[in-house]
Amino acid sequence: MSKGNEPLATKRRPDWAALIIALCLFAVAAVMLWDVSHMKAVAQYARIGPATVPTAVALGLIALGIWTAFEAWHGDFPEREHQEIAPVIWVVAGLAGQMLLLKTAGFSIATGVLFALTARGFGLRKLWLSLPAGIALSFVVWVIFSQLLQLLLPAGPLERLFF
Amino acid sequence: MNTFDLLLQGVLVAMQPMNLLYALIGVTLGTAVGVLPGIGPALTVALLLPVTYKLDPGGSLIMFAGIYYGGMYGGSTTSILLNTPGESSSIVTALEGNKMARAGRGGPALATAAIGSFVAGLIATLGLAFIAPYIVKLALVFGPREYFALMILAFVTVSSAFGDSALRGLTSLFVGFALAMIGIDLQTGQARLSFGIPDLLDGVEVTTLAVAMFAIGETLYIAAQGNRGEETVEAVKGSLWMTAQDWARSWKAWLRGTIIGFPIGAMPAGGAEIGTFLSYATEKRLSKNPEEFGHGAIEGVAGPEAANNASAAGTLVPLLTLGLPTSATAAIMLAGFQQYGLQPGPLLFANNPQIVWGLIASLLIANAMLLVLNLPLIGLWVRLLTIPKPWLYAGILLFATLGTIGANPSVFELGMLLAFGVLGYIMRLFGYPIAPAVVGLILGPLAEQQLRRALAISQGDVTTLVMSPIAAGLLIVAAAAFIIPLILRLRGRGEVLSQLAANED
Repeated sequence: MSKGNEPLATKRRPDWAALIIALCLFAVAAVMLWDVSHMKAVAQYARIGPATVPTAVALGLIALGIWTAFEAWHGDFPEREHQEIAPVIWVVAGLAGQMLLLKTAGFSIATGVLFALTARGFGLRKLWLSLPAGIALSFVVWVIFSQLLQLLLPAGPLERLFF
Repeated sequence: MNTFDLLLQGVLVAMQPMNLLYALIGVTLGTAVGVLPGIGPALTVALLLPVTYKLDPGGSLIMFAGIYYGGMYGGSTTSILLNTPGESSSIVTALEGNKMARAGRGGPALATAAIGSFVAGLIATLGLAFIAPYIVKLALVFGPREYFALMILAFVTVSSAFGDSALRGLTSLFVGFALAMIGIDLQTGQARLSFGIPDLLDGVEVTTLAVAMFAIGETLYIAAQGNRGEETVEAVKGSLWMTAQDWARSWKAWLRGTIIGFPIGAMPAGGAEIGTFLSYATEKRLSKNPEEFGHGAIEGVAGPEAANNASAAGTLVPLLTLGLPTSATAAIMLAGFQQYGLQPGPLLFANNPQIVWGLIASLLIANAMLLVLNLPLIGLWVRLLTIPKPWLYAGILLFATLGTIGANPSVFELGMLLAFGVLGYIMRLFGYPIAPAVVGLILGPLAEQQLRRALAISQGDVTTLVMSPIAAGLLIVAAAAFIIPLILRLRGRGEVLSQLAANED
């Protein structure tokens, strides 16, 4: 990862993705400063209040953003490996699906969907196999955790069928 | 009462049948999860935290101790049999251990790792027991400004002193700080960065962030690699037992590893990796057969494994005595303590001695259990390694989300989990370390509290922060830990530091 030994003569291009990171850091800092400015001015004893540290953190983020932009402009960020986007989208879709289904379909079905879509992301195409397997496994987990360990896990139609 | 009596009392607590059972469950689960590729001790502890929700504080912390040690043990098994270390502190173990496994000496490699971990864990835990009371005494004279200075030092060592880029370490730390600001300000009751969303008033859970970044971020990263580079699991061939020569070559390496690892863990110097690299270098220099290094030298497994475990026990020194987490694992353990309203630190030793000493004694017991339990069960753990990737990662995500749902069954919390998971993936992609963000999230508010206390005492005079010799000394060390690596990197000597990257544990 370290590029210490490369001759400085090889001119490298600006790293646009890293420049976007710098912009994100500025954006977060701006949001924090905006939030601080909305804070009610309480009579501040000793000049330090709830706004002090967020302001300091925001200033730190701005400094880091400038530093990031500087390194990005000089192309100092490490090379990134090639990434395949499709599997990432499958896994994210699984997590989003679980999130949206959790309240209505219950833990087992929602998590079964997560399970099947994650497996799909890792190359298992047989959804007719992984979906039931995921739901069954999630159901076993639900029974263990909600019945034995008394954890509050949302129940859906499938869980209500048995308990 | 002296340390010995207290420790003995702790052993009595830990030896109660229920507590023994908790410890047994802890080491078994810890090993089973830790052995899975891509899962280090930090994630193991975060994933298994929900299992302990309904137990009493004592029992749950004892189970925790087992999970922690079990997770580390499992990690070394993975790195020996599969050349993908589950944690950065096992990288060195993989170096020699995997070579040994390929040469059909997997059994002795696993055995020397296990016994070395046991020896190191034993000595280091005893070290913890005997050093802790002195540090507690020292900590009692610490005021807010000394604590603040100590935390600044921890921030620097965790984020920028090691690793290949101070910029990325610090950015990760500040991401943690920014997330820590979300929620109600404890001193004035004002909502910060919550944008009127009630779910944000409680702030961001450390376990949510840790699970999201380590489990989901890592899963996304591995998914994005596609199906390139299939790993092969080395079968354990031949005898599990070490020959007399193996013993003779191992025992000194164990002891040296322990001596190197423990102080590094006990100082706020970040992860366990540093100790393992130093131990590896030491063994290589002292070995009578240095030509074997790189081709499966047993000392190269024994020393670093011992150093790894010793420094893991060492990180408990600042955690228990000062409430200062110096690794991601320690940060998550601190979250575990806080879940019961326990704040580690000198007062915990005074107010809940039975919990602290029960925990320390359980570490000893968990350690012994691991040795007895794991060498015979090695076949079972190996089988866990052969689970096909789709099933493995689907299962990991199942359990990762289970913890979050169990803690707070809300759609919003799962949304945060997903968002932080994607953030973790992006950070991983661009070479940002994850541990500083987790440490920043949990330690940031504590540092803010100490700073505000210190400034309230001095009525806003900032110079108070450097007016005490202890605080000033700590800040000077912190400044040195920030500046010296920066100069080293500028001079192109950064390779050494990037090898010492404190990435996960």
